[in-house]
Amino acid sequence: MEIPSDLKRLEEVEETILSQCQRYAFTDRDLFALKLAIDEAFANAVKHGNHCDCDKHVRIKYRVTPRRADVVVEDEGPGFNPASLPDPTLDQHIESTHGRGILLMRAFMNNVVFSPSGNSVTLTKFNDAPRNNTEHNVAFG
Amino acid sequence: MLQDAARLKITRDDDVVLVEFTHRKILDEANIAEIGDQLVALVENEHRPKVIISFAGVDHLSSAALGTLITVNNKVRNHDGQLRLCNIHPQIFEVFVITKLNKLFRIYPTIKEAKESFEPQNKQGVT
Repeated sequence: MEIPSDLKRLEEVEETILSQCQRYAFTDRDLFALKLAIDEAFANAVKHGNHCDCDKHVRIKYRVTPRRADVVVEDEGPGFNPASLPDPTLDQHIESTHGRGILLMRAFMNNVVFSPSGNSVTLTKFNDAPRNNTEHNVAFG
Repeated sequence: MLQDAARLKITRDDDVVLVEFTHRKILDEANIAEIGDQLVALVENEHRPKVIISFAGVDHLSSAALGTLITVNNKVRNHDGQLRLCNIHPQIFEVFVITKLNKLFRIYPTIKEAKESFEPQNKQGVT
């Protein structure tokens, strides 16, 4: 998916991906976690990567199987170094009004991997629901 | 993005202002900026406000919503007021715990308990 840098488009992104997850009976907790992480990754891409420039796009690839969901969110910005971000839970940052998105992604996903340049992030969530169906790989959409 | 103008339900009971959200997606990224403006405007018009924000029916929020709540909390303190949060769904409460904002905000299970927690006006400081 190539989505213009507009937060109003977030809902359609989430619905597209989460409907696939519901098809494979991901738990409500998994769906909450994925929605939160996609929210944060898309918002970061729009606001910090593309600086809300609607001429720039956010590229989203996803693959959902009965066992896991992988979502790649890529912006057109120069990237950043995630390790350079301050810990928002420290006393000196606790009242900051921003800077918690990556913390939440990491807390709610099984795996969060940034590209070397930092303008792309891959979110992975394993399906916590009991499984009795076979794996059906779906190509990245 | 929500089109409904009535995004917040605001009720006054004595000197307590109760804020409730009218839509479960009210705190999503696409809506939070406008909600934040409305909450800040509400506090700006109050002297020593006692504000309860109920999250009943809200099933999601983003880090941008947390930032907005911090802004509202600071506004309330600047007006020598008190802010309480309540009725937070367990999954959303986990977001507060992970970010350690459960230590910054005063969070109660119900509106009744939130209301009972307010300090008397003459003892009121920055809480």
